[in-house]
Amino acid sequence: MSFRNTPLAVIHDVDKETLLTPELRAEIDKHVAKYPPEWKQSAVMPALTLVQDHNGGWLSRELMDQVAAYLDMPETAVYEVATFYAMYDLEPVGRHKVCVCNSVSCMLGGAEELMHHIEKKYNVAPGGTTADGKLTFKEFECLGACRHAPAVMVDKAYHECVTPEAIDKIIDDLD
Amino acid sequence: MSDDKITLEIDGRVCTAAPGEMIIAVADREGIVIPRFCYHEKLSIAANCRMCLVEAEQGGRPFPKPIPACATPVGEGMKVLTRSKKALDAQRGTMEFLLINHPLDCPICDQGGECELQDVSMGYGEDVSRFSERKRVVKDEDLGPLIATEMTRCIHCTRCVRFGAEVAGLRELGATGRGEDMRIGTFVGQSMAHELSGNIIDLCPVGALTSKPYRFTARAWELTSDEGIAPHDGVGSNLQLHIRGGQVMRVHPRDNEAVNECWISDRDRFSYEGLNSPERLKAPMLKRDGEWQEVDWQEALHAAVDLLKAPGPDQLGVLVSPSATLEEQFLLQRLVRALGSDHIDTRLRQLDFSAAAADPRLPWLGVPIAELEQQQAALLIGSDIRQEQPLLAHRLRKAALSGATIALLNPYEVDLNHRSIQLRSAPQALDRDLRALLKLLGRPPVAGPIAEPDERHQRIADALTRAGQAGKGLVLLGALAENAPVYGLVRALAAEVAAAAGCQLGCLAPAANSVGSWCAGSLPHRLPGGAAPARPGLDARAMLTDPRQGYLLWGLEPDRDLADPILAMSALRAAKQVVACTAFRSPALDAVADVLLPISAFAETAGTFVNTEARWQRFQGAVPPPGDSRPGWKVLRVLGTMMELPGFAQNSAREVHDELASQCRDLTPDNQLRGSMPATDLSSATPQGAELFRLGNVPIYATDPLVRRASALQRTPLAEQLAVSLHPEDAAALGLADGQLARVVQVATNGECIEVNAPVVIDDRIAVGCARIPAGVEGSGELGPIMGPVQISKAGD
Repeated sequence: MSFRNTPLAVIHDVDKETLLTPELRAEIDKHVAKYPPEWKQSAVMPALTLVQDHNGGWLSRELMDQVAAYLDMPETAVYEVATFYAMYDLEPVGRHKVCVCNSVSCMLGGAEELMHHIEKKYNVAPGGTTADGKLTFKEFECLGACRHAPAVMVDKAYHECVTPEAIDKIIDDLD
Repeated sequence: MSDDKITLEIDGRVCTAAPGEMIIAVADREGIVIPRFCYHEKLSIAANCRMCLVEAEQGGRPFPKPIPACATPVGEGMKVLTRSKKALDAQRGTMEFLLINHPLDCPICDQGGECELQDVSMGYGEDVSRFSERKRVVKDEDLGPLIATEMTRCIHCTRCVRFGAEVAGLRELGATGRGEDMRIGTFVGQSMAHELSGNIIDLCPVGALTSKPYRFTARAWELTSDEGIAPHDGVGSNLQLHIRGGQVMRVHPRDNEAVNECWISDRDRFSYEGLNSPERLKAPMLKRDGEWQEVDWQEALHAAVDLLKAPGPDQLGVLVSPSATLEEQFLLQRLVRALGSDHIDTRLRQLDFSAAAADPRLPWLGVPIAELEQQQAALLIGSDIRQEQPLLAHRLRKAALSGATIALLNPYEVDLNHRSIQLRSAPQALDRDLRALLKLLGRPPVAGPIAEPDERHQRIADALTRAGQAGKGLVLLGALAENAPVYGLVRALAAEVAAAAGCQLGCLAPAANSVGSWCAGSLPHRLPGGAAPARPGLDARAMLTDPRQGYLLWGLEPDRDLADPILAMSALRAAKQVVACTAFRSPALDAVADVLLPISAFAETAGTFVNTEARWQRFQGAVPPPGDSRPGWKVLRVLGTMMELPGFAQNSAREVHDELASQCRDLTPDNQLRGSMPATDLSSATPQGAELFRLGNVPIYATDPLVRRASALQRTPLAEQLAVSLHPEDAAALGLADGQLARVVQVATNGECIEVNAPVVIDDRIAVGCARIPAGVEGSGELGPIMGPVQISKAGD
């Protein structure tokens, strides 16, 4: 048996109809349908994204456990995915997420300056949320937009070649 | 390619390999050392430590980069260099990265001196680190009383994670976070509740996971090592005992593919703690006018001789722990038979002896242990297999993962870590489901009540039939069946089911030397070598229901190890002479015995255990018994000589073993039942009116006096306390809620009525009409039969 070739399925002792919401389950099912039946857990990333969006931008442990139960996978395996990727938040967040890429190209292209600017102007440290709850500021591990560094993802939209002035405008236009 | 074999060259040596084998496996077989941390032959391949990088070429073309030997399959004509400059440079580079974050705390690390990282860094590490930044620090998690964590030392090989997922079937550990934030843990901070969890201590190549009970008690280089055999279940796991100053400091597994592979259960690993229990009996003791006094051996032995002779031939009963060595059991039966009685038994928790005449010649597992995992179907009757035989459960899990159907017929649904079909019936009604199976298997109906066969019965019958045709089916009887009041009937029906489906019948030996009793003749109806005596003696139960005048108790506690503690205690209290040979003192023994002789426990005596596959495994005493206690066989030899009985002149345990072995030459494992279907009278075992049926399971850490005194094991979540587990329906009918105190009323076989209070646990896995009240645990000694009618009500009503 190999860890990689056969997923460890854990059948949870719950009625799946009681998990999440019917709409979420239907959405997740669309992703589950893309994989072979024994590879249901391949849908964990889209499932977590859907659940996170539905929950105001963050994942609680209960929600992760429900995803694990819904996809017949061990809870730990869900925690592993959720802690690995930067786009999942495990604490409550602000109404918007401002994610500044800190990988090499963006750093060279001025991401550090951009981050200092946000930190000072909005009085929020990376990983933190502003006092008014408007935005959560995140340092992000590679947005994959090196060509137009520095890149910033605000909620689900990419912004490229971002300057401090540009980010102020983007943030002002939120809400 | 001839015979599907591949020829390749490793370091200039020509090797043959099977297609698909990894380079490292071939190198290991050839004795070529490749350093590694994450690779383990029993686990899947992760290839994440990168320590096993080697240089290779295939078809005359070199691989552009060094390749991981653990994850690269061999190819025809491949040339591998494990010690070339390129390979060594790559290995050194990996080592440097691994050491970047590894703390330099070897002097205070338990793994120091036996650490794979330390060893490899001696070969590949640099003297000076080029890394001058701050090292990372990782917060520890509490994994429970058995495993100590120091996660800063972790090098992320993920062996423990893979062990959990693949072997234990419990994916609790995981690697959360990324990059420098990656850490191994449960993320939610729960303790590992698994009967094999201790194996991750051995798997961890560094000092991140170490043994908590052993922590800071010894250094690896102070220890000497001796071989041993585990004394708790029918597997007889091979052990390596690590000793310092005449004390067992810790226990490790010894590889034996045929028995325990490279694993051992936590019970076998941590029970050594019981050896140092404050309750150890270290000197012979005599009861004078109700007061216990320490005496010398001479005096104690003379007293014991007088006590054993006093009752006269038919009036002496001998109850022997099934974990006693073969040598002890052999000499014990010789002693009691020389005194003129056959009243000796090791089946201490069995209630139903009605079918003793049909007993097989040498009941055993039915197949070798190693073949369990090749079965295509197995039906386990009355067995909480993970609790009873952790490593056999692991073998059956392997079978299940490769597609076998594992079915269980139990009084409660057991926790399993694989797919299974579970049938649930009260202990006194196990026969009904078996009759249903027989019906589906096309056998003529057997008289008696029958369960309505449903789709699960059909699936079990089909699977057994298919497996039987392939010669790979098994019907196994476990401890819950053996202790049930309908054992004779269940066993006969199980044999019918096995025969009808073409499967093997097997018996799971409940203790380390249960099978040995059948060889040594320490049973009322068996002589050494398996012959039957002219007239069978009294069995373990009959000796108590029909009380004797004198008893000899060997290695047991009457209130914990016997089927009906109340009956046992009253018979022993009334007896005029009770000699107890024991390694531990206990209030119950103090109350009933007249003399206590201190005998050796596990690891302190030479001896032999016969495991459930009838494999004789000899071992030597690794440490001296504490104080004045003596190896059991020596005590018996002296007793025999003092009584001037023949056959007690052996000079060594080996001589005792050889004498018995020569008598057992023709004794081969044989599960064939003699005689016809027994007519079991169930009237006394059937609950009347509002009564429930007590279902006394013996929890994993309550099986014998040694493990009951292993303090770390007793603190794990698997150690059960006295409680009354009820099905929600029964609880509702009785008006009991979870956590409430219930009054348990049980009538012992001698008519004594006992009342005990215990908390209620509501559990829908228990069969309706049953109350699971464990035996062998603290407080269970106040109760009656391990299985039988019981009245439950709200305490205080």
